[in-house]
Amino acid sequence: MTVAAPIRAKRVLPGFTLSLGTTLLYLTLIILIPVIALVLKGAEIGPDNFMRIVTSPRALAAFRVTLTAAAIATAINAVYGLLMAWVLVRYDFPGKRLLDALMDIPFALPTAVAGISLTALFSSSGWFGPLLDALGLQVVYTLAGIAIAMAFTSIPFVVRTVQPVLEDLDPALEQAAETLGARPWTIFVRVVFPAILPAWLAGCTTAFARSLGEFGAVVFIAGNLPMKTEIASLLAYIRLEEYDYNGAAVIALALLGFALVLLLASNLLQFWAARYREAM
Amino acid sequence: MRPPRPLVPRLLIALATVLTLLFVVAPLAFIFARALADGWQVYAANILDPLTLHAMWLTSVVALIAVPVNILFGLAAAWAVAKHRFPGRGLLVTLIEIPFSISPIIAGICYLLLYGRQGLLGPFLREHDIQIMFALPGIVLVTLFVTAPFVAREVLPLMQGQGTEQEEAAVTLGASGWQVFSRVTLPNIRWALLYGAVLCTARAVGEFGGVSVVSGNIRGQTNTLPLHVELLFNDLNTTGAFAAASTLTLIALVALAVKTLLETQRGTDHSATRKGESNVPAHQ
Repeated sequence: MTVAAPIRAKRVLPGFTLSLGTTLLYLTLIILIPVIALVLKGAEIGPDNFMRIVTSPRALAAFRVTLTAAAIATAINAVYGLLMAWVLVRYDFPGKRLLDALMDIPFALPTAVAGISLTALFSSSGWFGPLLDALGLQVVYTLAGIAIAMAFTSIPFVVRTVQPVLEDLDPALEQAAETLGARPWTIFVRVVFPAILPAWLAGCTTAFARSLGEFGAVVFIAGNLPMKTEIASLLAYIRLEEYDYNGAAVIALALLGFALVLLLASNLLQFWAARYREAM
Repeated sequence: MRPPRPLVPRLLIALATVLTLLFVVAPLAFIFARALADGWQVYAANILDPLTLHAMWLTSVVALIAVPVNILFGLAAAWAVAKHRFPGRGLLVTLIEIPFSISPIIAGICYLLLYGRQGLLGPFLREHDIQIMFALPGIVLVTLFVTAPFVAREVLPLMQGQGTEQEEAAVTLGASGWQVFSRVTLPNIRWALLYGAVLCTARAVGEFGGVSVVSGNIRGQTNTLPLHVELLFNDLNTTGAFAAASTLTLIALVALAVKTLLETQRGTDHSATRKGESNVPAHQ
């Protein structure tokens, strides 16, 4: 190897075969083969059975609950995440670093822990429950609870995607708009927002994808009533416990399909965001 | 600077702070409040419960296997992708990040369909008396899947930004591959590597959905700490559940503290390279 090194080094650093081989072997064993096992199972089930299981009333209800709650959660974070990114980038105030660090808590906190904490917090013996009860609002065991749990686990996606873009924004554009007499709100809507739009959308897409797959945070607060508050990943889990592997595989495949489409969308948006930033 | 507009910023900062207190800080504080609701002695008794201790031990074993393996994988992947040119690099990076976009529940189901009793390899495994599902190997495998991208994700952009000039110089001076890696590349990426390892550890310790599918939930045997928290909570042992949860929360807080510390250190890494690398999080 040392003999060959000086000649090959002109083009390539050593260790290429070893590192690429290790990477491919590991990815194949840990990711590809298990995912292929799921796809093969789907093929074995056949398109007719697949459609029958995926369009069964209980599965449709689970997909509807999951999609609705994920959409609400994403809408919450679209606004809250944008506000946080804006405040953290544009203003200086005491406690800013702490607030910034707090944004990572939903990533670091195990989802099951977040799940039991939110459930107890919003129950009648928690801190928020009694107040909401007095207002006649029920969060635990409802769609609202599912959405709140999903929102909690996906907060950082919007914040951390928008933040760097906002930081890199050229202040000259805003100053120019201001010189031309534009009001702050107009500047935000016409100058700042279009520039961060691709990143914001990419962050929202990732947050949505994350919400669709969330399990630990949701199962405790959902109440898991079939047809009402049962999420798709829980239904897949229940099918496994019933040894209905076909049922589990079909729902898992449908969720996998959603995830891959959203991954593609997010990648395209981030590609667009990168081009937008270069053009600025 | 622009002329001062004190009211709007002040309102926005207040709103952001209040929302964060309600939405993020309250759930966090509530865990400790509930864990300590019956006093320190009850808390200590809950933590020292044999089943809780076993769950902690199992979780530690899983993390101690999964994190080093994924550090090695992350370094190998980053070395291949960042320091070399070959067709399919983009595809490889997407493949590495797939676990981020797949729900851990799906990962668990994939593994069950592969290694389970009715899985593709089920008959073979049964014939040779190998137990993967509902045992430690299954839990480790799912954790490996879920945490695979963390180190690669942190190290890769940095190694790409730093280019290959230093390594090429070292090779020209006669350094072996291992010398180049350990003396040139590794010192350049040490903070990012540590950062990735911290995130990977936090995730490995906290994994719930995927492990839940493959563990079989056998009390005192295949219950990791997050699964044990669920078990206690469903048993209506709320104080016990929150006591166990508080240890996981402490690990998360330590991870965050280390992360914040490392971010300031990483600043030095980054300033050596290009500024303005996108820092999109993909950690779940």
